Amino acid sequence: MGIIVNGTDVALPDDPRVSLLDLLRERLRLSGTKKGCDQGACGACTVLVDGQRILSCLALAVQYEGRSVTTIEGLGDEGALHPLQQAFIEHDGFQCGYCTPGQICSAVGMIEELRRGVPSHVTADLAATAIPHSRDELRERMSGNLCRCGAHNGIMDAIAETYGAETHAEAAE
Amino acid sequence: MTPFSYVRAADADAAVRHSGVDAKYLGGGTNLVDLMRETIERPGTLVDVTGLSAEITETDGGGLLIGAAVRNTALAEHGLVRRRYPMLARAIVAGASPQIRNMATVAGNILQRTRCAYFYDRAGSRCNKREPGQGCDAIDGFNRMHAILGASPACVATHPSDMCVALAALDATVHLSGADGERRLPFADLHRLPGDEPDRDTVLQPGDLITAVELPPLPIAARSTYRKVRDRSSYAFALVSVAAALSVENGTVTDVRLALGGVAHKPWRASKAEQALCGQPATEATFRAAAAAELAAAEPLRDNAFKVELAQRTMVAVLGELAEVEVLGGGA
Ligand SMILES: Cc1cc2nc3c(=O)[nH]c(=O)nc-3n(C[C@H](O)[C@H](O)[C@H](O)COP(=O)(O)OP(=O)(O)OC[C@H]3O[C@@H](n4cnc5c(N)ncnc54)[C@H](O)[C@@H]3O)c2cc1C
Ligand code: SF4
Ligand code: FES
Ligand code: FES
Repeated sequence: MGIIVNGTDVALPDDPRVSLLDLLRERLRLSGTKKGCDQGACGACTVLVDGQRILSCLALAVQYEGRSVTTIEGLGDEGALHPLQQAFIEHDGFQCGYCTPGQICSAVGMIEELRRGVPSHVTADLAATAIPHSRDELRERMSGNLCRCGAHNGIMDAIAETYGAETHAEAAE
Repeated sequence: MTPFSYVRAADADAAVRHSGVDAKYLGGGTNLVDLMRETIERPGTLVDVTGLSAEITETDGGGLLIGAAVRNTALAEHGLVRRRYPMLARAIVAGASPQIRNMATVAGNILQRTRCAYFYDRAGSRCNKREPGQGCDAIDGFNRMHAILGASPACVATHPSDMCVALAALDATVHLSGADGERRLPFADLHRLPGDEPDRDTVLQPGDLITAVELPPLPIAARSTYRKVRDRSSYAFALVSVAAALSVENGTVTDVRLALGGVAHKPWRASKAEQALCGQPATEATFRAAAAAELAAAEPLRDNAFKVELAQRTMVAVLGELAEVEVLGGGA
């Protein structure tokens, strides 16, 4: 058994040292997923494994045998953008774009966690099963994705609009 | 990375069978893969133990048995953890990032290694933890993040885990499996102070496998919390952190659990402060005195004297919050 990447079965690397990130970028030529730090600190390499967001730079590809990996290439393409991709364009959610695929994959995983009721550092009531889609919650939950260009406000607006939270402008009113 | 072979263990017995002299267990890989890339860890074999129990089950007395392979997110998200041991859920979500917490396992979190920058700098720095006998560049170096309690002339590193601070306060027990069979160890006895063997983070022997962590039934923990002070509001290691549970009756402290993070080579159970609190009035003066008692033995380094006061203030603030007592001009 190999790894399923965006719906296609892919062979595992022979060398167990190959990270999931390098498998995607160097072997499969899926260069949407980015290598920022290669040490878990930036989030640029975020992908979804069975719907959960993880860092592909700290993952050995062999660990993910039989699992289903979704990268930015699997979320949308030029003819049919993912709603978040469209929202990032509309809200200036990027400048250089290097962090963007990681931001978008992360946000897709994030919203599932929020809907499931996973608490965050800013969740006031741990006993609550429904957690508000507030800006503070979204910001904290996206804090594993850094943006060197400082596009955070646009990123937050794109995510907030797509997932029905208040936007920056509304919060400021 | 040095070449290694990879095997996946179906269960604890298989994992222990696979473990050899130069093998290491692999959880989520979020610490080990990084250290292997830096060639600080150079195992010949990786035994993947994410197939071990990932279950959280209630024990007879009302405690919890947490499988070693439970992911950090799953533990923080669990209803019983949130209701009965809120400090544990809070500590976990204060650590790392959501992506890392989705990968990280309970056992891996416990056995993560220090983030001392000199430990990481294999090419340029001396470190007794990495190379015993080499010397320690942190003691006279940039040591703002380092220990103020229980350090030694050989090593002043801190243990970086948030989750472990809560486990220390909660009187957890670690279930182990090794060459000589199964055994249990109080969590408080697992991590070591550096002494003259800073290369040994814990009392575990090579091949020892963590199979589970057990939380005792602890009604006091239902009213507990975790506070972390760091350089930015998210995704940063603790300068100082406090896990606390407090019970107050008629204005008197009847029971308390208190542990500190970011201050020592191990998660630091604040037993002196606990003693100073029990039976005393739940007032700011008591909290201050208790915090001072715990930090009396602090030996700060060049850059981290601020931690001595910071740790005390954070303890006072957290106790004030739990006791609903006004402290530090508004901590409650
Ligand atoms: C950028 C970054 C920021 C971080 N910030 C924080 C933070 O703020 N707070 C915090 O607490 N943590 C933080 N972390 C650390 C993170 O929590 C740990 O890396 C993680 O918990 C380790 O779990 P793992 O399963 O990935 O362990 P692994 O990396 O797989 O393993 C770690 C160690 O545990 C051993 N091991 C694993 N399973 C077992 C077992 N069953 N029995 C015996 N030994 C075992 C391994 O051999 C290895 O030595 C951060 C990490 C990164 C990369
Ligand atoms: S403090 Fe410990 S880990 Fe850091 S350089 Fe000194 S010996 Fe190494
Ligand atoms: S490249 Fe993976 S977190 Fe930076
Ligand atoms: S857009 Fe440049 S790093 Fe985020």
